[in-house]
Amino acid sequence: MDFGSINPVVLIATLMVAATPILLAAIGELVVEKAGVLNLGVEGMMIVGAVSGFAASVTTGSPYLGMLAAIVAGALVALIFAVLTQILMANQVASGLALTLFGLGFSALLGQSYVGIVPPRTEKLNFGFLSDLPVVGRILFGHDILVYVSLAVVAGTWWWLNNTRGGRVLRAVGENHDSAHALGYKVKRVRILAILFGGGCAGLGGAYLSLVRVPQWTEGMTAGAGWIALALVVFASWRPWRVLLGAYLFGGIMVLQLNLQAAGFRIPVEYLAMSPYLITILVLVVMSSNRARTSLSAPGSLGRSFHAAG
Amino acid sequence: MKRRELLATSAAALGLAATAGSRALAQSPLKVGFIYIGPPGDFGWTYAHDQGRLAAQEHFGSAVETFYVDNVPEGPDAERIMTQMALSGADMIFATSFGYGPSLNAAAQRFPQIAFEHAAGYLQEAPNVSLYNARFYEGRAVIGTIAGRMTQSNVIGYIASFPIPEVVMGINAAYIHAKKVNPDVDFRVVWVYSWFDPAQEAAAAEALIEQGADIIMQHTDSTAPLSVCQQRGALAFGQASDMTQFAPDVHLTAILDNWGPYYIERIQQKLDGAWAAENVWLGIPEGEVAFAPFNERIPAEVQAEANAMIEAIRTRSYHPFTGPLNKQDGSAWLAEGEVADDGTLLGMNFYVEGLTGEIPS
Repeated sequence: MDFGSINPVVLIATLMVAATPILLAAIGELVVEKAGVLNLGVEGMMIVGAVSGFAASVTTGSPYLGMLAAIVAGALVALIFAVLTQILMANQVASGLALTLFGLGFSALLGQSYVGIVPPRTEKLNFGFLSDLPVVGRILFGHDILVYVSLAVVAGTWWWLNNTRGGRVLRAVGENHDSAHALGYKVKRVRILAILFGGGCAGLGGAYLSLVRVPQWTEGMTAGAGWIALALVVFASWRPWRVLLGAYLFGGIMVLQLNLQAAGFRIPVEYLAMSPYLITILVLVVMSSNRARTSLSAPGSLGRSFHAAG
Repeated sequence: MKRRELLATSAAALGLAATAGSRALAQSPLKVGFIYIGPPGDFGWTYAHDQGRLAAQEHFGSAVETFYVDNVPEGPDAERIMTQMALSGADMIFATSFGYGPSLNAAAQRFPQIAFEHAAGYLQEAPNVSLYNARFYEGRAVIGTIAGRMTQSNVIGYIASFPIPEVVMGINAAYIHAKKVNPDVDFRVVWVYSWFDPAQEAAAAEALIEQGADIIMQHTDSTAPLSVCQQRGALAFGQASDMTQFAPDVHLTAILDNWGPYYIERIQQKLDGAWAAENVWLGIPEGEVAFAPFNERIPAEVQAEANAMIEAIRTRSYHPFTGPLNKQDGSAWLAEGEVADDGTLLGMNFYVEGLTGEIPS
């Protein structure tokens, strides 16, 4: 019952793994929202990614092909959303919710023959002697490829949004789509590409659950991870590095409370278990006032449909 | 946001009934709705109920039409679903989770002609509310014995869902019997506050193994902990259905929920007009609680011991909660030879002596 029975190195390594699915989904959604689109279908895209990635890796025997399939599947589901909201001008909130419902049902259908199968194992990357180093070996060099991919995506997104022409165009579209349009930027094309990117990331996050984290296919296995990812974007006030921080914080709270319990600590479990959701609600409440929205730097055109009026 | 899916199992039968309307208006099938807390594909609690539903459907054929709504959260939403079922012509509704109690009783008062059946509940505020449950603690006593015999590290991990009497009862039953055969055994309980969250359950299993547990028990519905145990080489027990395929090497056995016979009996009574509200609690003797085949890793003498206990419970010569037993704080609960009454068990909110940790309030 001493604190020493929890190994902080193992704890950090575990929280990185626990946070990876929501991190991937959240960074994808961040790009989508930076482009001014609110896609509430993250959960649906994640679970379709989870089942597609699972099915593909079981069929081909390669977890990496599975991950690739998950990206494609997530993007395809996102494409439905893109067509609905960007071309048919449907309401984004309703379309996003519908996408989640669709994804959950569709994945259950796809996954019927994959229940109870063990997927091919995703090996941890081998860094040679680096992986055997004390402390840093396990934290920095002891993971599977997707943990590093997720970090690279965060870094890449940050760099791309801030330092490239494409990133600035995307932000301009998200801040004020009328001005961006007037300047000659293709608002719809940018948004559709952003939505596809978000779908790919969410799909990959879902595949991480079914291939590495759990690893198996079960109906409804994302169990709300997509909603946490959505909240994370707001929590991070649309900044990539804060998404990373938030994801590790949420993942950390979850892993820490489970480990504290397992080690026999008396902790108020119920409060810790609900804390990610409480924080989410709080952030959303703050968000609902316009002034706070500006101070949190929400993209100006977030959630508004764009109709090129001449 | 959870998926909600209304699935009529025999839409074709409906169509037939419509075309053959002249044949028999009175013969329209009895409509029986089921409300599930999780997906039928969880291979756990909901899967077991759905197997019971399918057994009933097969038994009655076209005389009965069953349908279900899955992933219904406990709370006001459940009442909405029940109302929807009632308005769409259901004659009988089985609600299969503890937390549906208030919603079910409210709906029952509004639809007095419908027979409401509530699994694992305790509220009975209308004459058309019937309660049914299974004595899972009998199963937990058996797997507790096996775990106590087979642990090498003397640390047993227990993944618990919510701190309700049903779960506390299971922890106590498992602990008492593990302790009986292995006085050094230590239980580590992790509450995940969910019935079904594969990622969370997997993380809980990992945390427990990290803390030295070499056997994991679960009172949650997904198969994720078993996958983790298979990978890490820890032993485990399945929940609600035979989960061997998820962990062939380490799945010792599983407590099976066998609801089919009860569903068939109650639906038959409704068909005969003989249905009346009851409060039943069946277990191993009636076959409602059963076991998956024992893994060959369980030594023969332990298998024999477990089978002897199953037999003793079946013939009602042994009750898993038989004194002397003390509560966690050391105060006396049951005297030598005294058997716990059902009321105490159904309201159980305390650990027995020897368990560490606290039940979250």
